[in-house]
Amino acid sequence: MINMFAYNIPFVSIFMLMIAAIITPLLPKRNRLPEKLSCYVIGIIAILSAYLLYVLTSSGQSLSFNFPMGHFPAPWGNELRAGPLEAVLALVFCIAMLLSLTGNFSSTAEDIAPNRRQIFCVLVNLLTASLLALTYTNDLFTAYVFIEINTIAACAIVAVKEGPETVRAALRYLVMSLVGSGLVMIAICLLYDLTGHLLMQNMHGAIQVLVTTKSYMMPLTVSLALITAGLAIKSALYPFASWLPDAHGSSTNASSAILSGLVLKGHIFTIIKIFYRVFGLEVIHLLRMDTVIFILGLLAMIMGSVHALKQTNVKRMIAWSSVAQVGYIFLGVGLNTTAGVAAACLHIIVHACIKPMLFTAAGGLSNAAGHKKGLHALMGTFYVNRWAGMGLIVGAFSMMGIPGFAGFASKLSLMMASFDHSVVVWSLAALAISSVLNALYYVPAVIVVLTHNKDAQKNFTAPAPTRSYKISMFIFLALNFYLGLFCMPLLRLITRGVNVL
Amino acid sequence: MLEKLLLNHYEAAAVILSGIGLTNLLLQRNLIKKIIGLNIMDTAVYLFLAAKGYVAGRAAPILLENGSGGWVTSSSVYVNPVPAGLVLTGIVVSVSVTAFALALTLKLYESYGTLNIDEALLRMTEQQEELEAKVDEAEEGILS
Repeated sequence: MINMFAYNIPFVSIFMLMIAAIITPLLPKRNRLPEKLSCYVIGIIAILSAYLLYVLTSSGQSLSFNFPMGHFPAPWGNELRAGPLEAVLALVFCIAMLLSLTGNFSSTAEDIAPNRRQIFCVLVNLLTASLLALTYTNDLFTAYVFIEINTIAACAIVAVKEGPETVRAALRYLVMSLVGSGLVMIAICLLYDLTGHLLMQNMHGAIQVLVTTKSYMMPLTVSLALITAGLAIKSALYPFASWLPDAHGSSTNASSAILSGLVLKGHIFTIIKIFYRVFGLEVIHLLRMDTVIFILGLLAMIMGSVHALKQTNVKRMIAWSSVAQVGYIFLGVGLNTTAGVAAACLHIIVHACIKPMLFTAAGGLSNAAGHKKGLHALMGTFYVNRWAGMGLIVGAFSMMGIPGFAGFASKLSLMMASFDHSVVVWSLAALAISSVLNALYYVPAVIVVLTHNKDAQKNFTAPAPTRSYKISMFIFLALNFYLGLFCMPLLRLITRGVNVL
Repeated sequence: MLEKLLLNHYEAAAVILSGIGLTNLLLQRNLIKKIIGLNIMDTAVYLFLAAKGYVAGRAAPILLENGSGGWVTSSSVYVNPVPAGLVLTGIVVSVSVTAFALALTLKLYESYGTLNIDEALLRMTEQQEELEAKVDEAEEGILS
């Protein structure tokens, strides 16, 4: 079966990050030791997750296991659960987090004062711990607790950059997040009341009994609606996304990359687990929640891009594009089939690799233009920082869905998934319109960056990109091409993971 | 309908309270009132959990003596400890969130002198315009 070492990896990775968060304030501040510690710990966890993934899939069949916390047996104790999908998501989250940190190493130093950088590292460790816990947990109340830890850490990494604008953005983000987590808590209490369990599989059994006997259908629908709405607010599904551009646009580059690429994804994966593991796809269809999610996803794909068209600040434009991309993921979840959920998970991974790259690239370019963030100020910056320029171009092509780039792979799999479904016309039309809209705002950005601008280029006094920036950007680019060209093995792996979720 | 409401009056009160709290959190413009709304909402959930966790006539889950030197071990004598545990966890979470929200509010007040988020946005744009006007004036001064 599974060896003891691999068996303990889910718990150890969460625990190591918690310990790192606790000892970070005790470290000396010189040589940027706290940040290096965070990077090393996240790197080790990435390696451990890769090993876990290897152990779970190498035998040819997809293994999964439950890890009882404190060794209390199932209906009473708290559990973690790991399968191929959880392992691959943990791996991607760790890699994207590590690259967001190393790629923005120098811009973090400019934006955040040295005495606050230590706090920033504590928050990053806690944020990663909460993301991994949301990925692995099999207990709904534990999920709630980590959602709240995630909220505090995510709002705090917005506010950690000094300045009144970030405090306002963080407060707006915090208020919307608290509405979301309040709804989640009410829903979890209702579900606990209805089923008598907090572990996901036991809840699933109790809900099946409720549905077959047609009892308590109204409270069940209400709790599903509340938990979906709460998590949708936190993952910035369109009508609830007004907080996102402020928070992602005003924070430091590393925070924007982490928030857009990872924090939204933790909540979306929690929704997927609740749909799949707690309710089951038939019950979701019976209660009509798949249609609601599907329509909101379509709306988000179009409206996110429309809002992005209006932006003149490059970071806000990329932030609004995240809203559209979250719409793609919810479209896949709303299809309510294994293929749809697998395509949604692939898009989670693709977006977790591209969006941090775009934010890192935009940070590098606006740094080259003397910290100006307006789109026009970036004219000709490609020739100052070619690595960042390449990142923006490849990211933009990926977002438009040009074949060979990562975004194409996930869009293709979303289309293939929707062919099995009666709503195929709607999803294909929305994908087409959204791709055109993506092109409408990313192509001008690419043209601006590539246009020669002799007058302004003389004034660019930015230092050359650091080695860590180049290496991170190289890995981002490599990941992007890997996902774009060789996505089928990954998609098969995800489908196997979804089947044992 | 009314009978059921009266029978479950704790739950009904919890629902009303959480509605009040949620409306306050969403619609109030003043941040302190928003945070009070958040706390009302959380407390309503604790009331709901405590009401659900209480079974009339049963004891708290601490072993009772049975009179002959031993302990009562039958589970039908005690209430389930999990809801109380959830309330405690929830209280810890809500305290930390409240403290964080208040700290951010304090920061906002220091920057703008207001507790209203929309007002703060207005003042921020005003400050930026003033700053730009000053920069323009300075540039004109240099040119002339």
